[in-house]
Amino acid sequence: MESLWPRIEPLLDGVAKPARYIGGEQGARQPVHGEGRVAWLLCYPDTYEIGLPNQGLQILYELLNDRPDALAERTYAPWVDMEAAMRAAGVPLFSVEGHRPAAGFDVIAFNLSAELVYTNVLNLLDLAGLAVRSADRRPGDPVVVAGGHCAFNPEPLADFVDAFVIGDGEEVVGEITEVLAAHWRDRPGAGALGAAVPAGRDGTGVARAGLLRRLAGIDGVYVPSLYRPEYEGGRLVAVEPVDGAVPARVEKRTIADLADWPYPRRQLVPLTEVVHDRLNVEVFRGCTRGCRFCQAGMITRPVRERPAAQVDQMVRQGLEWTGYDEVALTSLSTADFSGIEGTVRRIIEDPRHGERVSVSLPSLRVDAFTVGTAAQIQRVRRTGLTFAPEGGTWRMRQVINKLISEEDLYRAVDAAFSQGWRRVKLYFLIGLPTERDEDVLGIAELGARCVAIGRRYHPSVTVVASVGGFVPKPHTPFQWFGQDTVAELRRKIHLLKDAGRRTRGLTIRWHDPEASAAEGIASRGDRRIGAVIERVWRAGGTFQEWSERFDLTLWEEALAAEGLSLDDTVHRHREQDEALPWDHVSAGLHRDFLWGDWQDALAGAGLEDCRWTPCYDCGACTGFGLEHVVASATPPAGGSQGTGQDLSTGGRVPVELVSARRG
Amino acid sequence: MSTAATRRIRFRYAKGGKIRFTSQRDVARMWERALRRSGLPVAWSEGFSPRPLLSFGLALPTGCESSGEYLDVRVEADVGGPIVDLAGLAPQLTELLPEGIDVQAAAGLEGVGVSLQQEVTSCNWEMEVQGVLAEELATRVGRLLASPSVLIRRERKGRPVEDDLRPAVRSLALLVDPVDRTPVAGTARIEAELATHPRGVRPKELLEGLGTDLVLVRACRTHQWIERDGSRWEPLDPDGHLPPGADAPHAQERAS
Repeated sequence: MESLWPRIEPLLDGVAKPARYIGGEQGARQPVHGEGRVAWLLCYPDTYEIGLPNQGLQILYELLNDRPDALAERTYAPWVDMEAAMRAAGVPLFSVEGHRPAAGFDVIAFNLSAELVYTNVLNLLDLAGLAVRSADRRPGDPVVVAGGHCAFNPEPLADFVDAFVIGDGEEVVGEITEVLAAHWRDRPGAGALGAAVPAGRDGTGVARAGLLRRLAGIDGVYVPSLYRPEYEGGRLVAVEPVDGAVPARVEKRTIADLADWPYPRRQLVPLTEVVHDRLNVEVFRGCTRGCRFCQAGMITRPVRERPAAQVDQMVRQGLEWTGYDEVALTSLSTADFSGIEGTVRRIIEDPRHGERVSVSLPSLRVDAFTVGTAAQIQRVRRTGLTFAPEGGTWRMRQVINKLISEEDLYRAVDAAFSQGWRRVKLYFLIGLPTERDEDVLGIAELGARCVAIGRRYHPSVTVVASVGGFVPKPHTPFQWFGQDTVAELRRKIHLLKDAGRRTRGLTIRWHDPEASAAEGIASRGDRRIGAVIERVWRAGGTFQEWSERFDLTLWEEALAAEGLSLDDTVHRHREQDEALPWDHVSAGLHRDFLWGDWQDALAGAGLEDCRWTPCYDCGACTGFGLEHVVASATPPAGGSQGTGQDLSTGGRVPVELVSARRG
Repeated sequence: MSTAATRRIRFRYAKGGKIRFTSQRDVARMWERALRRSGLPVAWSEGFSPRPLLSFGLALPTGCESSGEYLDVRVEADVGGPIVDLAGLAPQLTELLPEGIDVQAAAGLEGVGVSLQQEVTSCNWEMEVQGVLAEELATRVGRLLASPSVLIRRERKGRPVEDDLRPAVRSLALLVDPVDRTPVAGTARIEAELATHPRGVRPKELLEGLGTDLVLVRACRTHQWIERDGSRWEPLDPDGHLPPGADAPHAQERAS
């Protein structure tokens, strides 16, 4: 496969941030193609600076390149100026390592982290010179694979992706590699793997169909062309396999023990600025806090902690290798990691790191955030502190099962301000089930109390309340809930803005409600949404997660052209017995469990964390013969968020703060 | 074994190949990481958000190459023992920096000194140009040199301003074959020395002064000069020599 670099280089003088297209990162591989190795192109369908740090992609990149029968290169979505230059010059999508054309790879694998990137997936396939629809692809074309959290509802992209991987990818990528290698080995006359002439690989469309069947035989792999959706009266009633050779339900893959997968060992260090530009070490996967809006927490169960000694080692080696002075301990709720204080202390106090290493704990849980941990983190460099109460009132937080009591929240905020922070950011959702205006206004009230706490320590403090419109996600208890309309979200934002104005020091920020609507289309849509996505893409709607590029009218027009509506797709409450587009994909969670939890939500009843309490039989462990891997048998200090706390007092506001609203 | 502490170290490096598309800020971050990995005891600023004390010379525009870039690094003075092996530092950092950054020399500096940005008075550039034939370019070069002023338009703080380019052009020539004195075959190449004060003129601006139909294909900063009392020196030459009066005797001793 030839390098396109001589044709790419002249384009780079005229585009923004050209370093995004040159590769050359520390840790990047230069794999040798051919020699019977299955060539993967790992593709993050957003800009380089968003995609490069993605840990999932980096893990698979290393695993594949370490195999003797595989290799992997990477690509990202070129920004619109570069895309225009490429199309004008006839340069196709290319890998950043060898600048090789995407269509020359055996597999193009997309990471789906967010729904609004779907139009980019189509655009990248087109830019690669491939047909966007699977059915139109030629026998020798690469196999198009997709994985990541959004693959848990694969239907909106079912017409474009040949095979989805559901769940953890670590083991599956190897199995797919073996199936592809065996398939081509078994076919006499097939060209060498990864050779320059891909058309030699496969003779006929029949052979491609046979390959997809073999892929469908791998646990956790869903091949949508082998499943047929059925509709009655404009509603989906079932998605069923075309014959008995493929499973009726595709179960997700789960790695049992994170300790077996200490990756990435050589985190990629980019030459240019990216988001999360630091060492990232995953300390556990999965979460059983049970927040009902959170898809990640539901689909990644059970909890699998990395042994603390391995975390220490990965941090030490990672800092030495990268030269970074910041490490993030990543997970869905890092404060829950057994012995988190000790882990942080060991990093900060390790003389090999010098005195300049800072630790960041993304997604801090509010309640267990002790003064001690705050003090340790701030010793080096004070970055902003962010808490996510998500709901403005205790009642709301019981509905969503984010069981942070008022008292715990104020204690955490007090700890932050007393340790010298002057700026605290709070994340909230609006448009939640059963939400009343008083819950929305509760956000302003809560923010005002936080400002009052801060003023005890410093005359000018800032509290930023950032508000997002809730989008119900598949495989969660809220999957049946009808999302708020754009107009309703706007009304609530205005309400909140007005209330927030009364407090000096409180800033209200919000996400565009129109973007939430478009996300809702792709989040819970069925296979008919594929045609909508294709229309939006053909109308120029790429990079829809970028506010300067987003346009809801493109989505509304596409829906109308397909005879669909926002009301039915996004805003409608689903019935208990209604077929859901992702019913044939399983995250292990029993539908009964989810429905029961939905009913508990509507009744405002909370549910404790099952790491430290008896099993609710959600299905995630029992269905796969797995168990939680948790070092500590007791809940972390603070003991709140529903674990062993007295839920009846969760809404109690400390007396001295009751009148703090008018700051 | 000397315990005399080196307070500042000056590095000279080249930047070329694909990495030319990284920005000056990108290169600064690469150096920060590489220095951290090298174990060199870099000094940090005080205050709320401490930074390592690195001081780069004139920013190299994104897309340009260079065979002479400079960086001054302040190192902790109170670290005991032979803290810096200057001779080994250049190859060690080349190894730690990405491909395309080649550290050519390192030397200890005396005192606090003035910044590279203030010290450097002019830069030499080699440019590869497309858009007109070499003969035509030669005519335009002659015309520019003969003009008392050459106005170009540029943006300053979002507003269009006119600037006179001519005073900054200290020399300008079409590169010719050394034997038959004809323009280098295939492509037009020019060499220029551009003054850096009061403002560093960029290669693209010079090209604009030669005609808006010209396209800059490649530009390489070949030298930066410090001119004093009619003589001139590079801030650090490839053999590790500093301008007179700038070197730290102890550091120099250890380096040799």
